[in-house]
Amino acid sequence: MNTSFQLHDFVGGIHPTDNKVQSTNTPISFAGIPSKLILPLTQHIGTQSKPLVSPGDTVLKGQLIAEAQGFISANLHAPTSGTISAIEARPVAHQSGLSDICIEITPDNNDTWVERTRITDYKKCDATQLINAIQAAGITGMGGAGFPSHVKVSADPAQINTLIINAAECEPYITSDDMLIQERAQDVISGIHVLAHILEPKNILIGIEDNKPKAADALIEAIEKDADTPDIQVVIIPTKYPSGGEKQLIQILTGKEVPAGGLPSELGIVCHNLGTAYAVHNAVIKGEPLISRITTITGNACAQPQNYEVLIGTPVEHLLNISNTDIEKTSRLVMGGPMMGFTLDQIQTPIIKASNCIIAATKQELPDPAMEQACIRCGMCTEVCPAQLLPQQLYWFSKSSNLEQAEAHNIADCIECGACSYVCPSNIPLVQYYRFAKGEIKQTNEDKKKSDRAKIRFETRLARQEREQAEKDAKRAARAEAAAKKQAEKKAAAAANPEGAVEKKIPTADLQLLQKKFDATKAAVAKSKDKIAALEASESPDTDKIELLKGALEKAQTKMKDAAKAMAEAKKAEKATSTANADKGDPNSPERLKNKLELAQSRLTTAQTRLDEAKAENSDKVAALETAVANQKQRVQDALKALDESIQQTNQQNTTEIKVDTEALKQKVLAAQTRVDKASERLNMAKEQNLETVGALQTGLEKQQAKLDEAKATLASATLEDAK
Amino acid sequence: MKLLNISSPHTTRALSTSNVMLNVLLALIPGIIALTYFFGPGHIIQIVIASSVAIACEALVMKARKRPILFYLKDYSALLTAVLLALSLPPYAPYWVTIVATGFAIIVGKHLYGGLGQNPFNPAMVGFALVLVSFPVPMTTSWSAPSELLATGISFSDALGFIFSSREGLDAITSATPLDAYKHQVALSTAQEIYQNPLFKGADQSSIVLAWQWVSAGFLLGGAYLLWKRIFTWHIPLSLLATLVLCSLIFGWDADSYVPTSLHLLAGATILGAFFIATDPVSASTTPLGKLIYGAGIGIFIYIIRTWGSYPDAVAFAVLLMNFAAPFIDQYTQPRTYGHAKPKRGLAAKD
Ligand code: SF4
Ligand code: SF4
Repeated sequence: MNTSFQLHDFVGGIHPTDNKVQSTNTPISFAGIPSKLILPLTQHIGTQSKPLVSPGDTVLKGQLIAEAQGFISANLHAPTSGTISAIEARPVAHQSGLSDICIEITPDNNDTWVERTRITDYKKCDATQLINAIQAAGITGMGGAGFPSHVKVSADPAQINTLIINAAECEPYITSDDMLIQERAQDVISGIHVLAHILEPKNILIGIEDNKPKAADALIEAIEKDADTPDIQVVIIPTKYPSGGEKQLIQILTGKEVPAGGLPSELGIVCHNLGTAYAVHNAVIKGEPLISRITTITGNACAQPQNYEVLIGTPVEHLLNISNTDIEKTSRLVMGGPMMGFTLDQIQTPIIKASNCIIAATKQELPDPAMEQACIRCGMCTEVCPAQLLPQQLYWFSKSSNLEQAEAHNIADCIECGACSYVCPSNIPLVQYYRFAKGEIKQTNEDKKKSDRAKIRFETRLARQEREQAEKDAKRAARAEAAAKKQAEKKAAAAANPEGAVEKKIPTADLQLLQKKFDATKAAVAKSKDKIAALEASESPDTDKIELLKGALEKAQTKMKDAAKAMAEAKKAEKATSTANADKGDPNSPERLKNKLELAQSRLTTAQTRLDEAKAENSDKVAALETAVANQKQRVQDALKALDESIQQTNQQNTTEIKVDTEALKQKVLAAQTRVDKASERLNMAKEQNLETVGALQTGLEKQQAKLDEAKATLASATLEDAK
Repeated sequence: MKLLNISSPHTTRALSTSNVMLNVLLALIPGIIALTYFFGPGHIIQIVIASSVAIACEALVMKARKRPILFYLKDYSALLTAVLLALSLPPYAPYWVTIVATGFAIIVGKHLYGGLGQNPFNPAMVGFALVLVSFPVPMTTSWSAPSELLATGISFSDALGFIFSSREGLDAITSATPLDAYKHQVALSTAQEIYQNPLFKGADQSSIVLAWQWVSAGFLLGGAYLLWKRIFTWHIPLSLLATLVLCSLIFGWDADSYVPTSLHLLAGATILGAFFIATDPVSASTTPLGKLIYGAGIGIFIYIIRTWGSYPDAVAFAVLLMNFAAPFIDQYTQPRTYGHAKPKRGLAAKD
């Protein structure tokens, strides 16, 4: 099968002692059900999954307990039946040693399956169905990075001509793929067939290092059994670390290089880990989601190194126990391989979907790092770097935080394989320096992006503000004109209407009310002014808020003017014992409502334009604005309804002004309530997205709450008075 | 049990910097043996002087810089500098020349630039150049004829005496290396006549040229060992030697008017320089293409200085000149990174 294959070499690489025999003498055995399973919500690259269960719930084996959020995310299933005992932050297996939200399951040891749906004949299914099945099963790359697999298989088959299955397993110690193939080659091949059915590649290549002859034979045998399926080539490649790096394997098998910053699919290649193919088989053919994996447990502190089939979420401690590992002798506990794995400082850390190996190393085996010596620029690191970088130059740049030069020397292309650190005679932890520099670069880039975006936003906002101001002025002028006209008409009508005399006794109360309102608006205006001044003076003026406040100020000012006008009107009317003033103070009068409707409509248009702008800018505010538009639409409708009702009501208008007053207060309370709701909603959104505005929104919410309380109190006192 | 929390990778190859330096020192042994066999114990004495001075200076500087002295001494880099320097100096140079050269090499050439790894110039060559320029007389009159040419060999006590006190009485001391001699005589005589010179043709058929050839063979052996051990790559030595040969073939094809190729290659410090001095990693170029250019540059400079310059040998100046250029060469010879269409050149533009 392998005879005519043209192999290509990759530059650099190293040959560390492979330490693989220790764990290949015993067959894979089931690790058993531990007393607790801890399932982190982020076991993959992408968005955290959303839990669907709460503590106390009972779950069945294979039941979906957390669902993917968005496309680049993954489902999570219960590995066994039991009870959810906690959902909380726990230390997890991660380079950074951070913690993550985990779902803890206390197994009931019955291991009862949820109902499974299997696909009986995948060949009859179209790609979408199969991709959905893979997505539903929560499969992520099993080789280390944990990229959601359905994303990779969603490539356009027209562009894909080669499917590469990565079975190189080039890291020392790890034998999980090796043993998986030796024992379950048929299933692995079946999974590859499913992948091939989805992607329709012309070539299917399995790359495997020549230090696993048994596994290679098993694969070839399994392929030959399946005569009618597409041809799969097993390509035996020379053992050299890091031949299992995706980019390196592609280079070995095809001679092509994945473009910097690009994806293999640009070369017409999709690369999957062998373990992933096995998981696909389980998901599609057996209907079992990804709830367990093969993990190697090895190292000199481990008395019985071997491979286990481990439920996802099993604490490492459980594996150490069943493999008779001497914890006292373990000086370093590594998850993954010795080249790219990371250390665990807690044995309770759970196995996740990507955990292919646990090394319990003694001090002699992986000695403490020697003291860092000066770089002698020996160039050994350059010789072994598979990415053809200049590691020692990157080291100088990283060390001196010269990020610009580090970037110019392509630090972004470093795959963190560790080959350079491995050979460095001066024991310089080069990769650690690169990780640091990469982090810094990411940070500065993000900061820059943010400030750029803020700048654009500020400029567009300024332009918009000016425009809006002009519009508003025009509108206000028009409104004032219309109001004046109406007033004149009304006066004329009132004069013509002698029945107005019926309501003669009311104006005094009304006047008082107006006075009160006027005072209130005045106070509000003063307060808003203060607020704006304070905000503008603060060192990080939140322009959004200032804008809002300015709008509010303007409104309050108009209101104040309106109130003053109304008061004057009322006074005049009182003198004239006219009835025309009644309408002025009534917030439910058809005129008012009409105005309100107009206002709401104009606001809706502004909101809409803003949304469009945001969409055009691709700003992160789109979602928020969309809800705002929806809200505005709702308000327009409400206003319309209110207007209709009020027109009907005016026909039978005999309610007293005081009632109207409590009515108005009630509405005020309601409005305040919605505002509080909205503010808290926004706050939550901000919290979720981890925006910087959280603090500001928090205070905003508190203020709104205070206003609501105030309104409620006024209403209560009003009703009390009313009752008297 | 305390679990360590450290960054990957978790294993390293068992080759440390001190190992590298020790290997280089080891590789020098055949050459040293040959030198001693043919030219007496002068080099051995010089090595001892230089090493003691180097270690003392290194310790002093480390103490002044408040660093762990033993830790830094154990990287053997100072020792290597001292030995290389001692091998470059004339075997019977007065002791103070060696002391000045070594002290300057370690303190100025190495530590004033920031210590191991930071020095742009090869420290041994900095020391050598200083004494060559400052004390030309002892530097050119302290060579010896091969002991086989002498009726009596150079005894250890003779050597000691000559280095430390009297500059008289040792008739083995000559003022010329064969390269130098040839260069000066070729203006007046033909190749044939030069080879008749007692310096080139001894009584018993052995000649100083033969001695130098043996010495070169010794260093070549050591160099091959280091290549095999992958302490350095073939790039610099090969391109250096190839360029030197090429130059002497193009310009010096006429042995009657120029120094012949064989003499260029096998006499003087060429082999020592190509394998042990030019390959000093700290001050050399580090990219694969850069190493080729760097080696070639040294080769060209060696030829130019030897042919048209007035100094007896040229390795030191050639190496120092290329040291200047090494960082620049590195910037412009960056390899093409995986996945990039073409290599980057130069430093990032400042904005
Ligand atoms: S291997 Fe280490 S000492 Fe050698 S050049 Fe690279 S970083 Fe420097
Ligand atoms: S870790 Fe980065 S710089 Fe070092 S060898 Fe690997 S790819 Fe090259």
